[in-house]
Amino acid sequence: MISHLPILQVIIPLLGAPACLLLNRPNLAWLFSILVSVLTLITSIALLMQVQAQGTISYMLGGWEAPWGIEYRIDFINAFVLVIVSALGAITLIAAKDGISKEIAEPKQPLFYVSFLLCLAGLLGITATGDAFNIFVFLEISSLATYTLIAMGDDRRALWSSYQYLIVGTIGATFILIGIGLMYMMTGTLNIHDLAERLPAVTASNAVLASYAFILVGVALKLALFPLHFWLPNAYTYAPNIVTVFLAGTATKVAIYLLIRFNFDVYEISAPQFKYMINMVFITLGIMAVIIASWTAIYQTNIKRMLAYSSVAQIGYMILGFGLDSVSGLQASLLHLFNHALMKGGLFIALTAVALKLGKVELDDLNGLAKKMPWTFAAFVIGGLSLIGVPLTVGFVSKWYLVVAAAEQQQWYIIGFVLLGSLLAVIYIWRVVEAAWFKPPKELQNAAGNVTATTSREAPVLILIPLWILILANIYFGIDTRFPVSISQQAAQLLFGGA
Amino acid sequence: MILDLFNYWVVIALMMIGFFIVIARGNLVKKIIGLNIFQTSVFIFYISAGKVNGGTAPIVVEGAKLYSNPLPHVLILTAIVVGIATTALALSLVIRIKANYGSVEESVILKQDKL
Repeated sequence: MISHLPILQVIIPLLGAPACLLLNRPNLAWLFSILVSVLTLITSIALLMQVQAQGTISYMLGGWEAPWGIEYRIDFINAFVLVIVSALGAITLIAAKDGISKEIAEPKQPLFYVSFLLCLAGLLGITATGDAFNIFVFLEISSLATYTLIAMGDDRRALWSSYQYLIVGTIGATFILIGIGLMYMMTGTLNIHDLAERLPAVTASNAVLASYAFILVGVALKLALFPLHFWLPNAYTYAPNIVTVFLAGTATKVAIYLLIRFNFDVYEISAPQFKYMINMVFITLGIMAVIIASWTAIYQTNIKRMLAYSSVAQIGYMILGFGLDSVSGLQASLLHLFNHALMKGGLFIALTAVALKLGKVELDDLNGLAKKMPWTFAAFVIGGLSLIGVPLTVGFVSKWYLVVAAAEQQQWYIIGFVLLGSLLAVIYIWRVVEAAWFKPPKELQNAAGNVTATTSREAPVLILIPLWILILANIYFGIDTRFPVSISQQAAQLLFGGA
Repeated sequence: MILDLFNYWVVIALMMIGFFIVIARGNLVKKIIGLNIFQTSVFIFYISAGKVNGGTAPIVVEGAKLYSNPLPHVLILTAIVVGIATTALALSLVIRIKANYGSVEESVILKQDKL
């Protein structure tokens, strides 16, 4: 059983999805999918402990030897990402029930859980597998499930956002497919570990450079790297609220993982000038993402859209650390990956609670709402502080590591831009906090008849519990940083040592 | 020389045609057709990559010494299935878009909603 953990990680949600379909009762499907996601979470934690105890795990699918068969290879970095994704999946599902029963018609609710589990299986598959073509297949499983999830939003614009994302996502995935094909032509292998060993011999070839470019652009489309981010705000805004929580916490993280894996593990670009150029591209795009997306976020009146732009900015921070091309820079990226999942997960769950009461999340409607929903907005404030990067929250930890990594290389201007990005975050978070806590409440009719009629004004307990789990995690890991710091350090060292 | 790489020229031509349609056409169904052409070019690319000059189909028979590489062909079967699933999903989205907006033209849809 223990030796099969790497595959169980993917198989459990993959089989759970059709089982959910057979249950065909919203509440039953909900309970079952929570069970499935908690099982995957336990599996991923067990995997991480196993990796910590005995190093990299290699699992041969069906017993076929590695370069020929498909290998699942779990080391520090993907064990870490697996825990993030499965934890976010479980927490999101616990919060899902109330939002889903309001936003999605009852006969379609079981289908929501089916797509959700498929998406989870795809994301975990991308992370766990050690086979390049397998990555493409899981990427498409998760993407197709994501398009469905987004299209379930109750606004008709959700359909258009989903279509837009489908076109962009398919082009991205096809680019990755072309890149994998070119790599296979040059090396005759699809196993990532094997590729890393064979590529250096042919690294001067143009075909390898072309494959690198195709994969880079393909992954950048999936992770919404700055100029290719246009699909993300629409998709996040019009998707059902709970889907946004999940996507913000996991989908872009897995794409970042792919970028790290390909950039540091598979390709070893030896030409220093080329390497320098690529890193400069990452740093420039990262800075532009941080500044421009944060600036755009300030002007949004829809809070979901505001946080979506903020997500683009946070991806910029991760890419920045990435472009520094050092152990500490990569560590900062990995830390921010973990921390951003915690804070954005928390913030978007808080918005789910608001949307449940108001039906929408426009800034004007929030006036004075904190007095009615103190727990929700207290959580929003802490999550917001974390997003800004105030000490004692996780946001501070990752920004601190990023600044240290930049200082190490005397890239002072990067520190300036990181600080500027944080200041812009102060502005857009403050707008929400000001409206919710300090502005007088609007007339009650604004909160529509049925809202005033409900006995409880605070959000349902099932949303508050996962919300506060994430928010307390924001504070806990901001003070006791040992877990994420040690794991991300080991992962970063492994990538630089092994590559 | 150029004819040696005939397959790859076709791949690039199809890829660019498909890509152009996706970007330039405003009709949602035509965009999907473009996407399909784009994907098909990649299928041909893989299949060409698996061809070994003078090799036969990879079935063990008397007298055959050289075989084509079957692996890219098998991979691309998977990619074709993925392509079909994507097309089906995209078309069903277009049906719902048509039901909600009354049109499948990008410009008409964008005019109705601020997006």
